[in-house]
Amino acid sequence: MNLYKITDNRASAVAIADIPVVDYVDLYNDLKERMTDVRYHVAHYFATEIERGLKFYMIILDDQSGEVLITSFVPDYYAEGLASLTAIHPQFHPFEREMWELYGVEFTHHPWLKPLRFAHNRRNKESTMDSYPFYKIEGDDLHEVNVGPIHAGIIEPGAFRFICMGEEVLHLEIALGYQHRGVEDEMVRIQNRLRQSVISESIAGDTAVGHTTAYAEVIERLAHCNVGASLQRERAIALELERIAMHLADTGALATDIGFQLYQVACEALRTVTINTTQAWCGNRFGKSMIRPMGSNHPLTEAKIETIRKNVTDVRRRYNEVREDILEAQTLLARFEQCGLVPKAEMYRIGGVGMAARSSGALRDIRTTHPWGHYATNITHNAITQHDGDVMSRLATRMEEVLQSADYILAMLDGYKPQGDIAQPNYEPELDKESLSFALVEGWRGEICHVALTDSEGNICKYKIKDPSLHNWLALAIAVRSEGISDFPINNKSFNLSYCGHDL
Amino acid sequence: MIFGKAKILRSHGWQYIPDLNGVTLTEEFRGFPILSNSDDKAALERAAKICPTQAITTSPLTLDLGKCLFCGECQRCAPKSIKFTNEHRLAATRREDLIVKVGDTAPKFDYSALRPEISKYFGLALQLREVSAGGDASIEMELGATGNVNFDFGRYGVGFTASPRHADGLVLTGPISQNMAEALDICYHAIAEPKVLIVCGSEAISGGLYADSPAVERSFLDKYHVDLWLPGAPTHPLCFIDGVMKMRSKIK
Repeated sequence: MNLYKITDNRASAVAIADIPVVDYVDLYNDLKERMTDVRYHVAHYFATEIERGLKFYMIILDDQSGEVLITSFVPDYYAEGLASLTAIHPQFHPFEREMWELYGVEFTHHPWLKPLRFAHNRRNKESTMDSYPFYKIEGDDLHEVNVGPIHAGIIEPGAFRFICMGEEVLHLEIALGYQHRGVEDEMVRIQNRLRQSVISESIAGDTAVGHTTAYAEVIERLAHCNVGASLQRERAIALELERIAMHLADTGALATDIGFQLYQVACEALRTVTINTTQAWCGNRFGKSMIRPMGSNHPLTEAKIETIRKNVTDVRRRYNEVREDILEAQTLLARFEQCGLVPKAEMYRIGGVGMAARSSGALRDIRTTHPWGHYATNITHNAITQHDGDVMSRLATRMEEVLQSADYILAMLDGYKPQGDIAQPNYEPELDKESLSFALVEGWRGEICHVALTDSEGNICKYKIKDPSLHNWLALAIAVRSEGISDFPINNKSFNLSYCGHDL
Repeated sequence: MIFGKAKILRSHGWQYIPDLNGVTLTEEFRGFPILSNSDDKAALERAAKICPTQAITTSPLTLDLGKCLFCGECQRCAPKSIKFTNEHRLAATRREDLIVKVGDTAPKFDYSALRPEISKYFGLALQLREVSAGGDASIEMELGATGNVNFDFGRYGVGFTASPRHADGLVLTGPISQNMAEALDICYHAIAEPKVLIVCGSEAISGGLYADSPAVERSFLDKYHVDLWLPGAPTHPLCFIDGVMKMRSKIK
């Protein structure tokens, strides 16, 4: 029996009728074996309310073939519960926790069945932020440190509970949900495609281009719209600019946390140049308003191409000087090397994605494994990986990716002449009815996955968003185990995960 | 090693902006909108209808900067009625002053609404505690940027501090998620009087895209006096700097 509908990250939306509705026991048995191979990982897994009970959808990625496996199941209304996949493959944990929290689905033998984000529509309203069931270890030599929800810096809220023996962290648990705004519900409440685009920009404001690209792809796949090579190229330029800007910000933030002011101020200045380039292109420093479905309001002009070329060339040169000096700075290396280790096997086990996974040697990069748009046609992406999985590896990945992204941008601009072939955005396209559309985009943090379901009218009736942070917060908790608690800030900055992208 | 650092220093030169008030942003930047009456009512209706936060009223024509996310789509729908300029100085002392009307040519900053103790106590130094309550990280990064090597707001004695006990005021960002409402209130009360309250970003001012979401809880803003409203999505660092400088100035 066919368990999956097989497609890829470039195909049109899939009719819901074409997605097999399988028996959960068969799926469980298949995944039990399948997921032991690291070529597979789960991209999305969610439930949606149907007339009688719930229907579950799951999207599995095959990194080797580039295939995307979609399946669904409808458990018996009176079923007692589902055998937990998390118990055998921890990468399923955030998805099962979400469904348990929202709908009360019992996942038997789930080792960590705790609230995920205290969503407003959670089933148990008695369960609140204040009653999060933190893990406890008893012992006279132990003490707990609570940080948050408000942090020392100007960042988003989240609660961190450390269990320490002296200075050493035995366990860190991260409780999130403070940022929950009801994003997924707002995406379907009003069928205004402009509004949905703008909401996508606010999922994680530091990944506005990444998330809105995923949204635009979802819509275009439902509308059978090929936006053309020029627009795909310009979107890729915007995405790589965003990657450069955030990697610069994080290089600077890591330097700040060890008091290395020279690198800090150099990176602040370089980031200003980069985001001001984005602002000169679309009017917003974070690329908000840049990406729209089926067209663009900000096609590149010759003058803008020249500005981007000049600034990216300059940033690349100046950042490379910083990079070369960092690699020789012994005091910096002494802090960053062999600190905050996440081994490759562990990264695969928890389903880590993006640059954090690559820093541990786990090749997770949608641009390589499931390329879309310009990456599918014009770039053979050579993903940057490291071996050690420590803070320095995560910095090294960032540093190399800045140079790589700058090279991509310069190559994409090379000989590129605006043809005037980029359409205006279309906010009222006719969408496939009763279909599932997904898009995978490699944002600067990693794998972004958006999924939309349409109803019999062609309206979006379910919208699911996954920011890479959903997978990677657990990696941070693992990284700080047995480290000194004073090394937490550099570990946190080395991941720089999104609170709002997780909490939605 | 020393040579490497010298190279970095030489490449970067002086980075700070000498005159923060003299900056004109790029033409592409969408700041203060100029509204005009036009015959093309249908275009204006289209603009008002598509506006993601319903910031536009058509008769009479107004645009609420406290709701506006500066996506610029209304200008493309109704170019004869709405034209965004690159004026980034958008601060207001009263919520209603953020509603732009036909004929307005500059943002209205009403000094008479300021409490006199602000310039008296905070004219020389002002330390702020930022609280993000559903902010999307872009606005938090822009507030962080106000103190960076380019903007260097610290030169005027303004900065951000970790503890509310050390702070003279609170800067609120985000639409105020239900799950942060209590922590926000506790933080506000931990700041000693006299204190200022600054609401930063259109999402914080009106709730923005999440104004009607059941996951936000905005009663905080009904309870306390707001001294400064700063629109934007996100608020540009220069808009924040301009607003705070005006708020602290001696009232003429």
